[in-house]
Amino acid sequence: MSILVFVESAEGKIKKTSLEAIAYAKEMGGEVTALALGEIATAELEDLGNYGATKVLHAADSKLNDGIIQAYASVIAHAFEQESAEILVLANSSLGTPVSARVALKIEASLVSNVVDLPDTTDGFKVKRSIYTGKAFALVDMGSGKKIIAIKKNAAEVKEIGGKATVEAFSPALDDKDFATQITSIDKATGDVLLPEAEIVVSGGRGLKGPENWGMVEDLASSLGAATGCSKPVSDMDWRPHHEHVGQTGVKVSPQLYIAIGISGAIQHLAGVNSSKYIVVINKDPEAPFFKAADYGIVGDAFEVVPKLTEAIKNAQ
Amino acid sequence: MKILVCITYVPDTTSKIAFTEGDTKFDKSGVQFIIGPYDDYALARAVELKEAHSGTVTVLNVGEAETEPIIRKALAVGADDAIRVNAEPIDSFFVAKQIASVAKEGSYDMILMGRESIDFNGGMVHGMVGELLGLPSVSPVMTLEIEGNKAKMSREIEGGKEYLEVDMPFVAGCQEPIAEWKIPNMRGIMSARTKPLQVVEPVDSDKATVLDKYELPPSKGEIKMIDAENMEELVKLLKNDAKVL
Ligand SMILES: Cc1cc2nc3c(=O)[nH]c(=O)nc-3n(C[C@H](O)[C@H](O)[C@H](O)COP(=O)(O)OP(=O)(O)OC[C@H]3O[C@@H](n4cnc5c(N)ncnc54)[C@H](O)[C@@H]3O)c2cc1C
Ligand SMILES: Nc1ncnc2c1ncn2[C@@H]1O[C@H](COP(=O)(O)O)[C@@H](O)[C@H]1O
Repeated sequence: MSILVFVESAEGKIKKTSLEAIAYAKEMGGEVTALALGEIATAELEDLGNYGATKVLHAADSKLNDGIIQAYASVIAHAFEQESAEILVLANSSLGTPVSARVALKIEASLVSNVVDLPDTTDGFKVKRSIYTGKAFALVDMGSGKKIIAIKKNAAEVKEIGGKATVEAFSPALDDKDFATQITSIDKATGDVLLPEAEIVVSGGRGLKGPENWGMVEDLASSLGAATGCSKPVSDMDWRPHHEHVGQTGVKVSPQLYIAIGISGAIQHLAGVNSSKYIVVINKDPEAPFFKAADYGIVGDAFEVVPKLTEAIKNAQ
Repeated sequence: MKILVCITYVPDTTSKIAFTEGDTKFDKSGVQFIIGPYDDYALARAVELKEAHSGTVTVLNVGEAETEPIIRKALAVGADDAIRVNAEPIDSFFVAKQIASVAKEGSYDMILMGRESIDFNGGMVHGMVGELLGLPSVSPVMTLEIEGNKAKMSREIEGGKEYLEVDMPFVAGCQEPIAEWKIPNMRGIMSARTKPLQVVEPVDSDKATVLDKYELPPSKGEIKMIDAENMEELVKLLKNDAKVL
């Protein structure tokens, strides 16, 4: 089975979510070809062999440095046809998801996003996807034709197996029509751990009273190497940037550990965190609904508890 | 300026999700349905743009007769007319085909949608419609301004924002903070009753995927409470039991 994996990079490094996509394809028992777009160092691409890719197609044209949805879709469809691939695997992301929708029509494939587990092929080709913002799952049969699987974080475990992939230059003709959208600039929050990909997330809510009190949240986050998040009202009031807002209408996170500080646990917030492995809740109100969704709970004043927790973490390191 | 806004009919964000008929049907009993929250952002921005640049806003839903109350609500917050494609929205490909077919008739300057529906969270339909119509598609869009024939947008990327420009017509999947949700006022509600709502039959389309069954996540285990004075214990548990540190 020939599987194409579209990989994304950030600051010259292939994203962990894309490594998960390679691991997913490998676990399915496929012959894995990765496709990377834009300027990326060859050594970084060769290293994809270590994660399960046999070959990497590299379309290095600098016009592909920016993630233009239409152009990416055309290049991916082209690579899929060239390789006579049967399945395309990619990570759900702000770029991958909209791109995959266009590719599905170009190559006439069935498409399922938010896939959380390997397919079950004992009877047909069934994948499990998250629906209702993590409140349920659906088992979907993708039929017998070409397929696109967009996976959610943690759908497969990244394994280092050793080895190098062969990197092949790939130069599809680029159509000007696909570049109708022009990216004029990019604001990147550099240095921070990216929230959607973080293994640990520390989030604060309205219980923290104001933006001036976020220092202790950041201290806790940096002691853990964690990303920071917040509840919707916090970003609505501009205490924190919008891209930190977690929940039904914000970022959906699936970290190993989610620490919620001064967040009540409204169902819309929980929808964004319910695929976290462990949840710690710090709230002064023992009746806060978040405790019902938590693994560990602390009833107390955040302004006292959080600095103590940070200290305990530092002492244990 | 002619704007088409596509809205979904989805369970209220506070709904408890349950299934019936051997876990093959969503249990609608006691569930309140709303306009998808992302679609509601798209609608609010469409109404603002119409007011600023003059034009019309048409709302479109692919759904059965039960969805009409939310279509009337969209009319009450400022859309001018509505189209309902009379069909059960079985999968994203099917829905995209229906939307593209309606859009072809209307020569819209832009087609605004939500970044994703909150039932199936596909995030697919805008890209598919863009592809079917040969138009650029952009998602998730956080701001949208129109200058002449050009749209200036910002799009959320992991950990940041990207600014871009595209000529009309285009398709966009919207999210906050593009606009604030609008609440209908009394006058809006009254006038919505007489605004045109056209019902059209679906065009033929295959479905690409077939639902096998639904499943609920396993329930959470017992919570362990930890004394606020004893953060060392929490750290120990996270290290040794949960093994996440
Ligand atoms: C359609 C829709 C979509 C929505 N989407 C989202 C979403 O995506 N994400 C989201 O977060 N919300 C969302 N909301 C809003 C959601 O309903 C809640 O209003 C919001 O999550 C509440 O935020 P909060 O917990 O920070 O604030 P509050 O509900 O005000 O809770 C503050 C908490 O802090 C505690 N507290 C106060 N002082 C302290 C202290 N000193 N120490 C410790 N604890 C303290 C309080 O006990 C309380 O539990 C949505 C709402 C709607 C209608
Ligand atoms: N049945 C439908 N009727 C009208 N618009 C829809 C329908 N389903 C999806 N859409 C639009 O497509 C967007 C993305 O949906 P989805 O791809 O299902 O996540 C939604 O936010 C809507 O704007």
